[in-house]
Amino acid sequence: MEHIRTTKVEQVKLLDRFATNNKSLTGTLYLTATHLLFIDSLQKETWILHHHIASVEKLALTTSGCPLVIQCKNFRIVHFIVPRERDCHDIYNSLLQLSKQAKYEDLYAFSYNPKQNDSERLQGWQLIDLAEEYKRMGVPNSHWELSDANQEYKICETYPRELYVPWTAKKTVIVGSSKFRSKGRFPVLSYYHQDKKAAICRCSQPLSGFSARCMEDERLLEAISKANPVNCYMYVVDTRPKLNAMANRAAGKGYENEDNYSSIRFQFVGIENIHVMRSSLQKLLEVNGTKGLSVNDFYSGLESSGWLRHIKAVMDAAIFLARAIMVENASVLVHCSDGWDRTSQVCSLGSLLLDSYYRTIRGFMVLIEKDWISFGHKFSERCGHLDGDPKEVSPVFTQFLECVWHLTEQFPQAFEFNEAFLLQIHEHIHSCQFGNFLGNCQKEREELKFWRNMYHQFDQTLHPRQSVFNIIMNMNEQNKQLEKDIKDLESKIKQRKNKQTDDILTKELLHSVHPESPTLKTSLRFKEQTRLPVNDSLRTIEGSSPADNRYSEYAEEFSKSEPAVVSLEYGVARMTC
Amino acid sequence: MEFAELIKTPRVDNVVLHRPFYPAVEGTLCLTGHHLILSSRQDNTEELWLLHSNIDAIDKRFVGSLGTVIIKCKDFRIIQLDIPGMEECLNIASSIEALSTLDSITLMYPFFYRPMFEVIEDGWHSFLPEQEFKLYSSATSQWRLSYVNKEFAVCPTYPPIVIVPESIDDETLRKVATFRHGGRFPVLSYYHQKSKRVIMRSGQPLTGTNGRRCKEDEKLINATLRAGSRGYIIDTRSLNVAQQARAKGGGFEQEAHYPQWRRIHKSIERYHILQESLIKLVEACNDQTHNMDRWLSKLEASNWLTHIKEILTAACLVAQCIDREEASVLIHGTEGTDSTLQVTSLAQIILEPRSRTIRGFEALIEREWLQAGHPFQQRCAQSAYCNTKQKWEAPVFLLFLDCVWQILRQFPCSFEFNENFLIMLFEHAYASQFGTFLGNSESERCKLKLQQKTMSLWSWVNQPSKLSKYTNPLFEANNLVIWPSVAPQSLLLWEGIFLRWNRSSKYLDEAYEEMVNIIEYNKELQAKVNILRRQLAELETEDEMQESP
Repeated sequence: MEHIRTTKVEQVKLLDRFATNNKSLTGTLYLTATHLLFIDSLQKETWILHHHIASVEKLALTTSGCPLVIQCKNFRIVHFIVPRERDCHDIYNSLLQLSKQAKYEDLYAFSYNPKQNDSERLQGWQLIDLAEEYKRMGVPNSHWELSDANQEYKICETYPRELYVPWTAKKTVIVGSSKFRSKGRFPVLSYYHQDKKAAICRCSQPLSGFSARCMEDERLLEAISKANPVNCYMYVVDTRPKLNAMANRAAGKGYENEDNYSSIRFQFVGIENIHVMRSSLQKLLEVNGTKGLSVNDFYSGLESSGWLRHIKAVMDAAIFLARAIMVENASVLVHCSDGWDRTSQVCSLGSLLLDSYYRTIRGFMVLIEKDWISFGHKFSERCGHLDGDPKEVSPVFTQFLECVWHLTEQFPQAFEFNEAFLLQIHEHIHSCQFGNFLGNCQKEREELKFWRNMYHQFDQTLHPRQSVFNIIMNMNEQNKQLEKDIKDLESKIKQRKNKQTDDILTKELLHSVHPESPTLKTSLRFKEQTRLPVNDSLRTIEGSSPADNRYSEYAEEFSKSEPAVVSLEYGVARMTC
Repeated sequence: MEFAELIKTPRVDNVVLHRPFYPAVEGTLCLTGHHLILSSRQDNTEELWLLHSNIDAIDKRFVGSLGTVIIKCKDFRIIQLDIPGMEECLNIASSIEALSTLDSITLMYPFFYRPMFEVIEDGWHSFLPEQEFKLYSSATSQWRLSYVNKEFAVCPTYPPIVIVPESIDDETLRKVATFRHGGRFPVLSYYHQKSKRVIMRSGQPLTGTNGRRCKEDEKLINATLRAGSRGYIIDTRSLNVAQQARAKGGGFEQEAHYPQWRRIHKSIERYHILQESLIKLVEACNDQTHNMDRWLSKLEASNWLTHIKEILTAACLVAQCIDREEASVLIHGTEGTDSTLQVTSLAQIILEPRSRTIRGFEALIEREWLQAGHPFQQRCAQSAYCNTKQKWEAPVFLLFLDCVWQILRQFPCSFEFNENFLIMLFEHAYASQFGTFLGNSESERCKLKLQQKTMSLWSWVNQPSKLSKYTNPLFEANNLVIWPSVAPQSLLLWEGIFLRWNRSSKYLDEAYEEMVNIIEYNKELQAKVNILRRQLAELETEDEMQESP
C-alpha cells in the first residue's frame, strides 16, 4: 500500500491512560494495510483496525520519545511513545491516510476475505428478508398493502423499494404527499401490531412553513388513522424539541398543524439533534478520560455532558409509542427533520418494547435491517466511514444500542442476546468489515446508569474482574455438552450390557459352571473426572496479577518524599516552647 | 412498665395498607408490644409484620375523618396506612411513636423473642477470641492473648481478651492505655501469614498541644517491627483534623518519637456528615418526580459514593502496605471505633480469602465490629428519615457493607455469600429479634446479660436452611489478593438497598433464579456424567476379564 512508509517499529511503549505513575509496556508496533498491531513483551497482541481510528494526534517530543495518541471509535484510546521522531511521523502520516478512505472501494469490506464461498456469502445477505418480516407482522392485510410506488426509487431515493401503505391511499396521494415531505420521505408503515391493529409509521417533516397545506398529505394521514379500526385518532410524534421545529418553519419546513389534519393528536418529545448529541458524547469522553477523577467530578461531568438525559429522552419517546399502541390502541406517526436519525431510534426502540421477536438475536438483526438500513440511516456519514464532513458524524446508532443495553439491564431475561452482542454490533458499524452497515412493556422511572463496559471496554483497570454473564453462558454451553455426554455414555453402557448378557448366555451354555463372578474383581482403573476445563480462562482474576497497575492509584503518597507535616509540626513546637 | 399502657388502641378494622408495587390491602391492624401487624381478613395470612424498632419516623395526615399514617422505616421502606376514624388514627400514631422509641434496651424485642427453631449451634460461642487466636498462634509466637481488660477496667470499649505483642506485659499495656483515646491501646487486628506483617488498631495518642509522649507506647509499637524494618501509621483523619484534635488533648504520633514509622493521612468523614449524606441520598432515591439531570446532581450532592471511594481507597492502601510494601500498619482515627474499623475490616476482605467466606465474614464482624467496640446502639438508633438532630447516629456500618458490595460486584465469584447476606446484616444492625447488635460494647453486652437472655443472630443464620438463601452460587475459593477498582466509573449505587422499595425487582430476581438453576443443573449433570463414566469403566473391565480369563 502506498500510504505505508514504515511497517515495523521496535521499542515502542504503550502507556496506560489511567495509571498515575506512567507505567508502560514495551513492544513492537506493526502497520499492515488494514490494522495497526502492537505486540508487547508478554506477547499480548493489541489489534486496531484503521477504520476504527477516530483521530490520531502527535504530541510534543519528550525525553523518552515521541508520543502518539490514537482515539478509536469504539472508545479505545491508546497512547504510544515511539522512540524516534521520524518513525512516529511516518506512522502518524500513514494512519492519517489509512483511517480516512476517500472511496467506498477502499473500505475493508471490499478486501475482507472471510473464508467463505459465494453461496455462503449470498446466504448471509439473504439471511434477512424484509418481505418475510412484514408478513410476520401480518401485512399486507385488509388495511395495509404493498405499494409499488417506489419500485425504481423514483419517489424517494432513501426509502426501500417495497413500502407498505394503507390500501385506501392511491398512488396520486402518495406522490402528492411525498412532494410535501422533506427529501420525499412520505408516511409509510414501520411496524404493525397485529393484536391491537395499530401501526407505527414514519416519515420526514412536512414542508408546511407557516401556512402551507397539502391535501394529499392530509388524506394520507387520514388513511393511516382509518386503517386502525379500533381507534379513530392517531398520534403524530415530532421527536424534535418544539423550538427546533418552529425554527424549521422559517425555512419552509416545520410540523403538522392540528387544525388542518382531522383526527390527529400532535406531540413533541424533545430529542436533541445530531450536533448536540455529538458534542454531548465528546464531553462524556473527556470526563471519562480524565486521570484521577473524583466521584463528584465524575457525576457533575456526567450530568453536564447531558448524555444520560439524551438517552432518557429517546427511551421516553419509545415508551410513549409503546403506550399509545398498547394502552390506547392508537396508531402513531413518527418524524423528526429528515426522518432517518431520531425517527429510526424511536421507531426501532418502540418496536423492541412491543414485540418480543425483536429481543431475539435474529429479530434484533431484522430490526436493524428494517428501521435503520432499509430506511436509509446514513451509517457512512454518521460513523465517519469516509473522509467526509465531520459535522455529519453523530452517535445516533450508539445511543440506540445504549438504550437497548439499559433495557437488558432492567429486564435481563427478556433478551436472547447480551451486552457482548451489542458491543460486537457497535464494533462492526465502525469496522466496515461486513457490508451491512455501508451504505408489551410497562415502564417505571428508570435509574439510568453509566455504561461502563461501552466506554471503558479497553481500560483493563476499570473493569470488573469476573463477568457473571460469561460464566453463566459458558455453563449453559457446558450443560448442553454434558447432556450429550450423558446420552453417549448411556448408549454405550446399554451396548455393553447387551453384549455382556449375550456373552454370559453363550458362556453359560459352554460351561455349565461359572468360574468366578467377574463383578468381584472390579478394577479401579477408572479415574473420576471433575469439572471440564471450559471456563478456566473466564475465571482468571486479573485484579490479582502483579502486572496489573490498578493498585498504584491507591497511594500517591508512596512516591512523595517526606510529608510536609514535619516542618509544620516543628513550627508549632517552636511556638509552644 | 407494661406495654399495655402504651397501646391506646390495640386493634382497628378496615385499615388500608399501601405499598409500592403491591395492590392495596384492606385488613385489621393490630399493635402488640413489639410489632405492628396487618392482616387481611379473607384468608388470615399476615400481610405485614413490622418491628416497632424498625420504625424511623411517622407522619400523620387527615382528610375528613379518614386518617393516614405514613410509616418510614430504618430499612428505607415507606408504607402508608389509611385508618378510618380520627381518634383511632391518633391513638395508633401515638402508640407507634411511643413503642418505637423505647428508652430501655431491656424492653427491646430480643429480650422477649423466643426462637421457633432448634438451636444447633449457639452463635454466642461460635467466634471466641481464643479460637481465632489459635489460627495465628500456629504461625507466629510473637503475639499473646492478654486478659488485662478482664473487668473492662483498662478500656471500657475493648473485649476482655485482646491480642498484643508477646514481649509487652500487662503493666505496660495499662500505661499505654492512659496515653490512648478511650484507653484503646494498640492491639492486633490481623496477621498476614504470607508477608508476616500485621494490621493493628488503636485510639489516637493523647499528645495534646505540648507534644506529650509515652515511652511504653513507643515500645509497644516498635515491638511489632523487626530490626531495621519500617511500618506505616494510617491516620483516617486529614492532617488538618488531626492537628485540631491536639487542642482537645488528642493528636497523632510525631515522627521524631516514632522514627521507624511513616504516617499517612487519609480523610474519612464521620458522624453527622455521613448521616446527612445518607439522608440526602435516600431523599434523592425516593423522589419520583425529578428528571435525569436533577437525579445525577442529587446523587452527586449526597456525596455517598465519595465516602465509599475514600473508605475503599484507605483500605486498599493498607492492603498495599502489607502485601506490596511488606510493612506493618497501625490504624487509628480519633476514637478508633468507626473509620478505623471500616479500614481494618475492608483490608482483610481484600487480603484474606477466609474473610470472604460466610463464616469468615461473620467472624470478621464479630471481631472487628462487635468485639472491637463499634457503638451499634448509638450509630443505628436512627436512620435516614429522622428529623431530630442527634449527635451519635452515623451509617458507618452501612458504608462498610456498601464497600463490601462494591468489591463483591467486581469479584462476583470470590465471595461465598451474596448480596442478600449483606442486606440481611444491614437490617439486623438497625432492627432485629436477635441480641447480637444490641449495646455499644462488650462490657455493655455483658451487663445486659445478652448471652443468657437473648438469641444470637449467628444461631439463626447458620442453620443450613437459612444459609442457602445467602450463599453465592458462583463462589469458587480464590486464594489471591483482590484489588478492587476505586475509579468513580467503577463505583455503583447499591440498588439492592437504596432502590429496594421503589422499583420492582421481579425481573432481576427471575434472572437470579435462572442463574441458580443453571448452576444447579450443571452440578447435577456433572455428577451424573461421573456416575455413568464409572459404570462404563466397570463394564469395560468386566468385559476384559471375560475376554482374557
